[in-house]
Amino acid sequence: MSDSKRTIGEAELRDRVRALLAQAHPDAVDRVTFRRAQYDHGLAWVHFPEGYGGLGLSPGMQSIVDDEIALHARTIYWNLAINAIGIGMGAPTVMTYAAEHYKQQLLPRIFTGEDIWCQLFSEPSAGSDVAGLATRAVRDGDDWIVNGQKVWASIAHKSSWAMLLARTDPNKPKHDGLSYFLLDMKSPGVDVRPLYQITGDAEFNEVFLNDVRIPGDRILGKEGMGWRVAITTLMNERVALGGSSRPGHGLSEKLLNLWREEGPSGPRGADGRSAAEIAVLRDAVVRLHIESELLGITNQRTKSAMRAGNPGPEGSVAKLVQAELNKKITELGLELIGSDALVYETGYPLRRGEDFPARTRRENAKHDFLRARANSIEGGTSEVMRNILAERMLGLPGEPRVDKDVAWKDIPRG
Amino acid sequence: MDIRFSDEHEELRRTIRQFLSAESGEQAVRAAMATERGHDPKLWQRMAQELGLAGLVVPENFGGAGMGPIEALVAFEEMGRVLVCAPALASHFAANAILAVAGEADQEALLPGIAAGTSLATVAHVDAAGRWDLSIVSNEARREGESWRLDGVWRYVLDGHVADRLLLVARVPDGLGLFLVEGEATGLTRKALPGLDLTRRLAELRCSAVAARRIGEGDARPGLERALQLTIAALVAEQTGGAARCLEIATDYAKSRYQFGRPIGSFQAIKHHCADLLVSVELMRSAAYHASFVAATGEGDLETAVHQAKAWCSEAYFEVAAENIQIHGGMGFTWEYPAHLYLKRAKSSEVLFGSPARHREQIGERLGL
Repeated sequence: MSDSKRTIGEAELRDRVRALLAQAHPDAVDRVTFRRAQYDHGLAWVHFPEGYGGLGLSPGMQSIVDDEIALHARTIYWNLAINAIGIGMGAPTVMTYAAEHYKQQLLPRIFTGEDIWCQLFSEPSAGSDVAGLATRAVRDGDDWIVNGQKVWASIAHKSSWAMLLARTDPNKPKHDGLSYFLLDMKSPGVDVRPLYQITGDAEFNEVFLNDVRIPGDRILGKEGMGWRVAITTLMNERVALGGSSRPGHGLSEKLLNLWREEGPSGPRGADGRSAAEIAVLRDAVVRLHIESELLGITNQRTKSAMRAGNPGPEGSVAKLVQAELNKKITELGLELIGSDALVYETGYPLRRGEDFPARTRRENAKHDFLRARANSIEGGTSEVMRNILAERMLGLPGEPRVDKDVAWKDIPRG
Repeated sequence: MDIRFSDEHEELRRTIRQFLSAESGEQAVRAAMATERGHDPKLWQRMAQELGLAGLVVPENFGGAGMGPIEALVAFEEMGRVLVCAPALASHFAANAILAVAGEADQEALLPGIAAGTSLATVAHVDAAGRWDLSIVSNEARREGESWRLDGVWRYVLDGHVADRLLLVARVPDGLGLFLVEGEATGLTRKALPGLDLTRRLAELRCSAVAARRIGEGDARPGLERALQLTIAALVAEQTGGAARCLEIATDYAKSRYQFGRPIGSFQAIKHHCADLLVSVELMRSAAYHASFVAATGEGDLETAVHQAKAWCSEAYFEVAAENIQIHGGMGFTWEYPAHLYLKRAKSSEVLFGSPARHREQIGERLGL
C-alpha cells in the first residue's frame, strides 16, 4: 500500500475493526476464517508492517483493536489460548528474520492457530546458560542434520513448528557457534515425550532429536547468528509472562477468596484458631494483597511508558515480582487451609496438564502451591532476572566470564 | 487511570532538583540539623517565595502556587531525595487542613502567611498516647462563653517548637474541632523532642487553659481525614524520593568500591541486593504515584490508596536505607557518611502517621477480612 507512512489514529483504527467485523464476524464464522480475515485487515499485530498482519502502528494500539472486537462480539479469541508461543514469540522472530516466502506462509497460520508453535531452546545441561547448549546441527549438502535432547518444551506434542536453537560450530565461543532453525515437528527423528512435574501433571515435554533433517533455507538470520535471533524471542517471552495489569484483579484475588472461604468469616469460623493467630494471618494476607495491587499498577505504568519498539528490561521487574509474589501467595494459601493442608485430595496421577478434571478451590490452592515453585525458574530464573535488572537498569558490572573467548568444546560441563 | 507526568510536571521537577542541589547539599543539611530550630529560615523563605513550596496547594488568590496533589508529589519526592531540612510537611498539612475545614475568612487570614513562608503553621492531633488515628483523639476542648480553652498534651507535632501558628485538634460535643493557638500563647509550653531523625523536628505541646479560636464550623473530622490523607500522600512521595536516592548512592558505591580485585557490584551477593532494592523502589513509585493520582483525579478510593502506599513505602524505604548501609560496609556506619541520615529519616517516617501494621489493618477492614 502506498499510504503506509500515514498515521492511523484511534478513531480510524476502530473503523477498520468495524469493517473487519462487517466482513467476518466471530459470532458468525469459524475461528480460522475470522482470524484469517483479522490478519488480512492488518489487525493481528498492528505494530507489524502492512501485508504481514499489521499496520505499522505502535504496539500499544493493539489494545484498541482487542477492545473494539470485545465491544461487538460474544466470541472472543485469546492469543494465549490459541497459540501463546507462536503468536507472542514465534511471530516477531519470523517477522524480523525469516525469508519472505516463510513470512507469507507462516504468519497467517500462526495467528489463526492452524499451526501451533513451540520453543526448543533449553536442554538438560543448558538451563540459565542456554547459550551453552549441546544439540548439534551438522551440514549435509544444503541441509542440516540435527542430534540432541531438548527439555521444558510446552505444547510440543501439539506443535507443527518449533523454534530450534542448535550448535553449528563447537570451535567458536559459545554464543558465536549457534544457529536458529525453523523445525517442522513432523520431520522423521523428532520424538516428543511428556515430562511429568512436581504436581504429577505434564505441561512440558522432552524432545529427542535423532538425525533430524532440516532444509538449509530454514535458518533464521545467518549461520552463527542464532543467539541474536534467540534474544528477540526471549525478550518477547518476558512480556508474554508479565501478567495482569488491572488493580483488584491481580494475583491476590484467589488468596482473598480463600480467606473468605477458609478464614474466620467463612463456614469454618475461627475453627479453634486464636484471635492472635487470625490477626497474624490477616496481616499476612493484606501484605501480599498490597504487593499484588502494586504489581498491577507497575504493569500499567510500564505500558503507559512503553510507546514503541521491542520490549526492554523493564519487563524483568514485573517477571521477578510476579514469580516471587505468587510463591508467597500460594504458600500462605496452604496456611489458611490449616491442618487439612496435609491432605492432597486429588492424588498425583501422572497425566497431561490439559487433562486434569475440575478441582475445588481447596484442591486448586494445593495444586497452585506446588505449581508456583516453577514461577521463579521458568522463563528465566529470579537470579537471572536480578542479574538483568542490576546490569542493564542499574549499570552494575557483570561477573567475570570464565567461558568468554573460549571455544565451546573446551568449556567445562556437568 | 493513566499515571503519566506532563511536560510541566517534569519542568517543575527539574527546577526543584536544581534549586535543592545548589542550596541543600549535605553540608547545608548538616548545618541546619545542628541548629535548635532544625532548619534554615532563610532557605525556607526562598523555597516559599521562589518555588512555592510552602503553599503548594494554596490557591493563587491567597498567594499560593495553586497546585494539586500531583505537583505536591513531585515536590516532596525531590525534597525527600536530599533530606532538605525545612518545615514543608508541617506547612502542607496545615494548608490542607485549613482548606478542608476553615471558612472563607479564616482561609484569607491564614493562608497567605503560610504560602509566603512568613507565618509557619502546623497541625497537632496526636495525644500523649501517641496514636495517629483521628478516631481516637482524647484531648477535649472546653467552651468558655464565646471562646474555647484547651488543656492537655499534644505530641509529635511537626516543627511545633517554632511554628507561629498551631492548629490543635481536640474533641468537641459535635465531633472534632480544629483550634488556632498562637505560638506565644499564654499557658502553652512547647519543647522540641530530641529526634531519632535529625533532619525533621518534632515537638511536644502542653496546654494549660490556653485560649483558642475554633476554625470552621461543625465536625472537622471529615475535612481533617482528607487533609491527613493528602499529607500522607506527600509523605510517601518523600519516602520514594529518599529511597531512590539511597539506591543511586548504593549503586554508585558498588561500581566504584573494589575488593578482591573486582568492583563489589560485580558480585551477585551485592548486585542481587541492588536488584531487589530497585524492585522495591519501583513498587514504591507505583504506590506513591497512584495515591497522588487518585487524589488528583478522584478516580478510585483515596483512603485505600493512601493506606496501601503508607504501608508499602514505609517498609520499603527502611529496607533500602538499611541495605545502603550494608552495601557500604564499615563506612556506611560512620557519622561522617550520610547513610545514617537516610536510615533515621526512613525509620521516623515509617512511624509518623501510623505504623505499616496499622495501615494494613485498615485495608483489611476495608476488604472485609
